[in-house]
Amino acid sequence: MTQIEPQQVADTQVGSAPTFRADPPPSQPPRAGAPGTPPKVVKRPGDRIFEGLSTGSGTLILIILALVAAFLVAQGIPAFTSSVEDLPFGSTLRYVVPLAFGTVWAAFLAMVMGVPVAIAIALFISHFAPRRLAAGLGYVIDLLAAVPSVVYGLWGISVLGPLVQPVYIWLTENLGFIPLFAGPASGTGRTIFTAALVLAVMILPIVTALSREVFLQTPRLHEEAALALGATRWEMIKMAVLPFARPGMISASMLGLGRALGETMAVALVLSPSAIISFALLQSTNPNTIAANIALSFPEAYGLGTNQLIATGLVLFVITLAVNSIARAVINRRKEFSGAN
Amino acid sequence: MSTSVATRPAAAATLTAGRLPRWTTGVLLTVCLLASLSFFAAFGTLGLIRILLVAVLLYIVVSVALSAAVEGSRKAKDRLATTLVTSAFGLALLPLISLVVSVVGRGVDRFDGTFFTYSMRSVVGEGGGAVHAITGTLWVTGIATLISVPIGLLAAIYLVEYGRGRLARSITFFVDVMTGIPSIVAGLFAYALFVIIFGPGTKSGLAGAVALSVLMIPVVVRSVEELLKIVPNELREASYALGVPKWLTITKIVLPTALAGIVTGVMLAIARVIGETAPLLIAAGFTQSLNNSPLEGPMMTLPVFVYRSYVDQGNPAAAYVERAWAGALTLVIIVMVLNLAGRLIAARFAPKTGR
Repeated sequence: MTQIEPQQVADTQVGSAPTFRADPPPSQPPRAGAPGTPPKVVKRPGDRIFEGLSTGSGTLILIILALVAAFLVAQGIPAFTSSVEDLPFGSTLRYVVPLAFGTVWAAFLAMVMGVPVAIAIALFISHFAPRRLAAGLGYVIDLLAAVPSVVYGLWGISVLGPLVQPVYIWLTENLGFIPLFAGPASGTGRTIFTAALVLAVMILPIVTALSREVFLQTPRLHEEAALALGATRWEMIKMAVLPFARPGMISASMLGLGRALGETMAVALVLSPSAIISFALLQSTNPNTIAANIALSFPEAYGLGTNQLIATGLVLFVITLAVNSIARAVINRRKEFSGAN
Repeated sequence: MSTSVATRPAAAATLTAGRLPRWTTGVLLTVCLLASLSFFAAFGTLGLIRILLVAVLLYIVVSVALSAAVEGSRKAKDRLATTLVTSAFGLALLPLISLVVSVVGRGVDRFDGTFFTYSMRSVVGEGGGAVHAITGTLWVTGIATLISVPIGLLAAIYLVEYGRGRLARSITFFVDVMTGIPSIVAGLFAYALFVIIFGPGTKSGLAGAVALSVLMIPVVVRSVEELLKIVPNELREASYALGVPKWLTITKIVLPTALAGIVTGVMLAIARVIGETAPLLIAAGFTQSLNNSPLEGPMMTLPVFVYRSYVDQGNPAAAYVERAWAGALTLVIIVMVLNLAGRLIAARFAPKTGR
């Protein structure tokens, strides 16, 4: 807390600093730096309590995050220290590797499909759509974020799966020589590719919203300069908007990645899982994801099995924490350097 | 236009030479749609999505070729980019429309009185409802709101009004990081917490509420923080100048100014967590009967009801699937109403910032 010299109080406006003197400054204030008692800052009991409460709540958030990590570690440790014979799912490390692979693979596929579309939508809203419509169109995309994940799962398994299954058969028959499309195609459409499609739809709104914000921050003068030099709209976007927005787009995609990594119910419903590592997209045996596996196995798990599932959750927590921290750090750094206004 | 072109060809040529007329886009699109429609009609394989897909692909090829021939390659690229970006938006609308149509279409079958007056206690097959799940959702979300709003509100006040230095910076950073916690991890945390306190296998509504709070607090903090920041500083200074203590300035001046926005933020935060399934499946469990005690025994919630009805189908399976869709419709309606009401309040009572 900085103390304000009486002179400053006398000749400057009272800022947002809450330093109030009990009595008005005397007509001849003591010179700054002069020996004597420093001016006393009066804090009423109400101030003390309120500041304590709000600081406490802020700190509580840090404590909660630390507790989340601590409890997961505490409950996850037995899964690593117990002997392998006692563990219902076998060695925890062996158990988690295919799941971690499935998590990253599904999220990667979702990113490949979702991010280009999301960035194109953001460009459409920020630079192509009529001004009047732009806000409304943004709201329409935000609606996708409001749909609960279990509804996405229900839609994926009973609408999207049957819809794309004939396409899968065609792909395996005609492009089956590519390892990704190797047959035989799943009979239900409940493949990792369908799950990734659903995930791609689910990350659209967050990536779109954040990219849109960055695109709108592009310095107006850069855009107008490009147009004045005779650039078409697309050339202007390529020269002025995209270079400016690149860090923002990267961090937006990473936040989308974080969401795709942690998404549970949609994957749990859509995927027909098995414990394998496979890159094939269209078969009926697919690698499961960590989150979906927890949701599927937890209700029946007991004893050390629960601990093992919590240990896999810890792995997921660490992965998403790393991805999100990097994304946020990039965003925050950009904020400081941005001379956009 | 055409007459002036006819009378003064030289002057018009300087302005419109090498450009496609404005109606090109509309005409081309119609032609492509008709071509695609007749193509599929000829083969007897009509389907809305494939017709649109082929029409758009056809349009891209034709318009780019035409533009490259008449306007040059730079304009052609510009047209290509415009078409791609616009169709990306259209592409995103497809799942949204399909979702709405399927949820409403399949949900209305069981969206009846029985659904909202009966629980699933000793119901096998048809009949039964989601009363236990709806009450459970109200309990769990209500408690989560009671936990998260005070903490989130006060933390946001700290960040805006008091926070300086390293603590404030790390809180801001970790709140952002916390918004990215996978929901299932929050559920595992609540489960682990209650297991350590109450013994293994504990599932209760309170544990579910704790899990939801972990997800809800960062959302509340972020939205309230943004709102407090736009409260004009002049209001605070005027209050200080009258000798009002800081805490009264915050509670009597700053908070009332931002109140509508705060209500909106809380409603959006509730809408965000009310559809969470995974943490509740783990922390609150599931049951077939009404449970009005959040402290003991598993508590059913609406999203978990949807999930369990679909996954755990009995006989006849159709009855369970219909209940799942009716639950999904109820859930979507609740979320949409919360979203809409929140945005209406925000638009109606937005603080006047004077700019």
